[in-house]
Amino acid sequence: MHKNKSHNTLNSELDAVSKALKKSIKNLDSYTHVRGESLYVDDVNIRQGTFHAVVFDSPKAHGKIKHIDYSKAEALEGVERILTYKDIPGENEIGGIIADEPLFAEYDVHFWGMPIALIVAESEFIARKARGLIDIDIEELPVITTAKEAKAKGSFINAPRSFSLGNTEKAFADCDYIFEGETFSNGQEHLYIEAQGAYAEPLENGNIKITSSTQGPTAVQATTARVLGLAMHKIEIDVTRLGGGFGGKEDQATPWAVMAALATYHLNQSVKLVLNRHDDLRMTGKRHPYESSYKIGLSKDLKILAYEAEFLQNSGAAADLSPAIAERTLFHATNSYFVPNVTTKVLSCKTNLPPNTAFRGFGGPQGMFVIESAIAKAASEIGVSSKAIQEANLLDENDTFSYGQIAKLVEAKNSWNSAKSLFNSEGLEREIETFNQNNSNFKKGIAFMPICFGISFTNTPMNHARALVHIYLDGSVGVSTAAVEMGQGVNTKMMQIAAQVFSIPIEKIKIETTNTTRVANTSPSAASSTADLNGKATLMACNSLLERLKKVASEDLNVSENEISLQDEFVYINAKKSELSWTELISKTMLKRVALTENAHYATPEIHFDKTKEKGHPFAYHVYGTAITTVTVDCTRGTYEFDSVKIVHDYGKSMSEGIDLGQVEGALIQGIGWMTLEEIAYNDDGKLLSNALSTYKVPDLFSVPKVVETIPLETKGHDLAILKSKAVGEPPLMYGIGAYFALQNAIKAFNPNYNMKFHAPMTAEKVLMGLYEDSK
Amino acid sequence: MTLLDFVRYQQRLTGTKIGCREGDCGACTVLVGTLNTKGILEYQSITSCISPLGNAHGKHIVTVEGTNLNDKLTTAQEAMKSNYATQCGFCTPGFVVALTGFALSNSENNYSTALDAISGNICRCTGYKSIEKAAHQVVEKLENKNTNSINWLIENEFIPQYFETIPQRLKAIEIKDLNQPKGKYISGGTDLYVQQADNLTNNSVHLIAEKDYLKGITIENDICTIGTNTTVSDLWNHSELNNYFPNLKKHLKLVSSEQIRNMASLGGNFVNASPIGDMTIFFLALNSDITITDKDEKERTIALKNFYQDYKTYDLKDGELLKNISFKLPNKSTFFNFEKVCKRTHLDIASVNSAIHILVENEMISEAHIAIGGVAAIPKYLHETSKFLTGKSLTSETILEANDILQNEIAPISDVRGTSDYKRLLARQLFFAHFTEVFPKQFTLKDFIQHA
Repeated sequence: MHKNKSHNTLNSELDAVSKALKKSIKNLDSYTHVRGESLYVDDVNIRQGTFHAVVFDSPKAHGKIKHIDYSKAEALEGVERILTYKDIPGENEIGGIIADEPLFAEYDVHFWGMPIALIVAESEFIARKARGLIDIDIEELPVITTAKEAKAKGSFINAPRSFSLGNTEKAFADCDYIFEGETFSNGQEHLYIEAQGAYAEPLENGNIKITSSTQGPTAVQATTARVLGLAMHKIEIDVTRLGGGFGGKEDQATPWAVMAALATYHLNQSVKLVLNRHDDLRMTGKRHPYESSYKIGLSKDLKILAYEAEFLQNSGAAADLSPAIAERTLFHATNSYFVPNVTTKVLSCKTNLPPNTAFRGFGGPQGMFVIESAIAKAASEIGVSSKAIQEANLLDENDTFSYGQIAKLVEAKNSWNSAKSLFNSEGLEREIETFNQNNSNFKKGIAFMPICFGISFTNTPMNHARALVHIYLDGSVGVSTAAVEMGQGVNTKMMQIAAQVFSIPIEKIKIETTNTTRVANTSPSAASSTADLNGKATLMACNSLLERLKKVASEDLNVSENEISLQDEFVYINAKKSELSWTELISKTMLKRVALTENAHYATPEIHFDKTKEKGHPFAYHVYGTAITTVTVDCTRGTYEFDSVKIVHDYGKSMSEGIDLGQVEGALIQGIGWMTLEEIAYNDDGKLLSNALSTYKVPDLFSVPKVVETIPLETKGHDLAILKSKAVGEPPLMYGIGAYFALQNAIKAFNPNYNMKFHAPMTAEKVLMGLYEDSK
Repeated sequence: MTLLDFVRYQQRLTGTKIGCREGDCGACTVLVGTLNTKGILEYQSITSCISPLGNAHGKHIVTVEGTNLNDKLTTAQEAMKSNYATQCGFCTPGFVVALTGFALSNSENNYSTALDAISGNICRCTGYKSIEKAAHQVVEKLENKNTNSINWLIENEFIPQYFETIPQRLKAIEIKDLNQPKGKYISGGTDLYVQQADNLTNNSVHLIAEKDYLKGITIENDICTIGTNTTVSDLWNHSELNNYFPNLKKHLKLVSSEQIRNMASLGGNFVNASPIGDMTIFFLALNSDITITDKDEKERTIALKNFYQDYKTYDLKDGELLKNISFKLPNKSTFFNFEKVCKRTHLDIASVNSAIHILVENEMISEAHIAIGGVAAIPKYLHETSKFLTGKSLTSETILEANDILQNEIAPISDVRGTSDYKRLLARQLFFAHFTEVFPKQFTLKDFIQHA
């Protein structure tokens, strides 16, 4: 009894320490960030004689290459070499899921911006000048830019996928209301401020080291090996950090790294390839545009009885990650609602756009936008508020998702009700009504947006990670994992875990670069799961070391192991401080020849999914929350300002409150950007028109909501979340969908003739056209 | 060569980042310290990516490294760190430098001016709320800033000690008016380095930003004359002009970002001849005249509204330069308004912009000048609409009728800034907005739109 009690006291003291850290912990990189001392790919001190490379890409979206004349470019002084598919010693193939994407075009081109050759020169300036001297003759072929067109022509990436629950056909027969419609959500440019890039260096024996701005070091390594025809162990990938990723560097950081390595392979010299912004915008894929159709059926009491949706995903010219993204659209097609009868289908449509790719939310937002549109349409037709339908259908404990997983620890209603009461939503709605009655130049709108987002890679085999932890003989600690730091603060979380387990100050811990020679065969930092997977592995490694240290301490102090704990750099016996310090303990452990290094492997338990049945338990857990968005529309100009977004978010038990709040706010604003002002435009020839920051606008300081208030939902957290701190990277992006519907409601308040549109983004142009639609 | 390339690749100061090379993200923000005519050192923030290196001649260029203290964070850096205002860190040095520039500036110290200082900085990670908090913290820390600001800022850890030596060091630099080769005239560079950076790097250029005879704002006998090297910030900071145009700052805030306003010259905006140039529209509505000088310093003056001939073509011969622009200042009976709508309200190019200058006496319009951008091949002075309004009584009927004429004068095309239908509608709305803004007691939207 006595022992137990003291342990409890100790645990609560430990908790108190980690609690203080939870509140105060800053991004561990922030010191060097604010001083301009953090290193990114383009900041690496390059070797003497380094060459610089620029990609020559297709000036047409679809066609046969008749002839290319490189002679003038090759003759330019300072040009070292121009590499094409002919120079590839291995396979000209970079497709990850499906082998359908060459590194360099061979005989035909499939999108505007498709890489054809790499110009290697003494400087980037010379290489770019040489690019202008290349003559290419392309016989143009018909161009497909939209998913609908691709569907009509039977142009697909792979076979369609379909999920179903219950029987929609039967259920529609029992519905009091049935509505059908179509929606569109546009793509979204990642606009990581650090563009894509890599730096390859030759090592001895034909080995190559690549410093890459990638979320997926193993993908870069494996693809480089494949293209160069080398074994993977000859390629080392090192990542210090990314200047933003957002999914754009999960798969699409790879080609540039491979190209740089290819040049290094041929020239035995270091090669740097950093895309300039225009090249990056033109050559890389974006969030997938979706054209979708839905049919929703409700009972008189507003229960959604049946829901059907067909999603046409504009995948672009190659698979990239599209099949996985399509799958997640199906997983999130019913968002936070329980619908007993569901049939959803997604078609990955092959078009002549750059291969679209991962972007925070990974197909989930596109799915959610459709059901929110269906609800808004139903509400407007029935003459109730969307809120009434949303509220009537929120998920409950033990409800079944359309993919067979039983919902557990559900926080849908909890977050919804908390948001309503904490933010006095009814008062807010009354205020808006009064405002709209009293103002004709300005109108306000409000929208609720509940979210439910599954955490895990939906491809179950990817849910694993490893951590390598060294305690050095002076007591300092180095932690290597597969996690890539891109601003999300994952390194800080890894450091917290080590600091908490060892009870040593964070200054004693260093988070190493992400390097394939230290942690191999990794999954990318994606799917919001990086902290969970790598954190669990770090926790396991640290705990194993802790057990070893405790054993050494118990032998040294001659007490039993379970009386030992570590606290504030000292060994404690039954919660009493001993003389034995952390550094002394480490020395003693060394002298006893006990290993001070541990490698741990974590694989998420419980999850599984059977693609032949499209049923299973793919997610470790779900993240919930509710946002209330209000907007004011200037009815003269069609411009708008978001007054506030008020959020109740399910962090579980946040381990780093400041960092997690930053994820919520950042994701929210990105979601609002996607829904409002970020407008990707291609012309009919497949040429990107929004090809610069002057034509593609992301939110700036003045366009974000005046107030963003986020209140953590009191929940237990989840055992599969690291320290019960739930994944936070992607889910809050979908709060941004509320912005779209708040705008719809404001327009309707001004123009009663307005027909709601489900065509995102809701730009100032669409708002103004809506305000004055059908009226003169 | 741009200042950015020099800083990063010749000086190896890699804290200054490359985001877009178009002045649209602020990751490359640096400060430029200039000794003014009174010998006082003034700092402004600029985007180094579109600034020719030559414009740094005789100036103190401050990168983020130049703000660092030895072993601790500066006040601006600490504000960014403690408020979680940095995530991936790539945009962060730009924000830090811009906030430091704010501390060094003579701007009024309040939250709104602090935000103006970082209006040219894009962050893709944070969603800005944490950065707003950091800006708040900087404003609080600056509350007791006194007039001897460099020393105060050093004592309060905004900047390192060496700043106190800069005035002397700058005075020691001999400023030469370099005998430059023939080449394209460049003032601030904010348009040219966006459009043709490689071309400029390949060829000689003729820098004119420091030419005194192109500078200065003078007011004489109700006529205001402004040298074409004058930047948008020079207008912003001019107290007399702010008296004549009480909404000047509100209007100019719609023009780009603080970093760009610090560089962009009026002359550059005029000769860029964009159909949507903000300052061009502004001065067209003021019915301005421009004075043009040639190599032999022979001058001629023409109305700005007659300067533009067709898309990007205008009445300027080889070797000629715009010298200054002049216009009659408004009086108590005249009203001025500027409207601009774009996808994003700030730091964006307009879908449609418009300005009006109207003289009303006894409810009668005695003079009207309206300009509109984005709806024709040139920045458009609305001759017919302006003429129609002149002599009419100021009523909603007049305005509605004038809109019909306006619609006949414009010919918008569909492009990335909007469809032609949208631009037509927007032109009407902004035309109405002029009147609801200028005569709020007399007109509301309801006077023009039935269902409002």
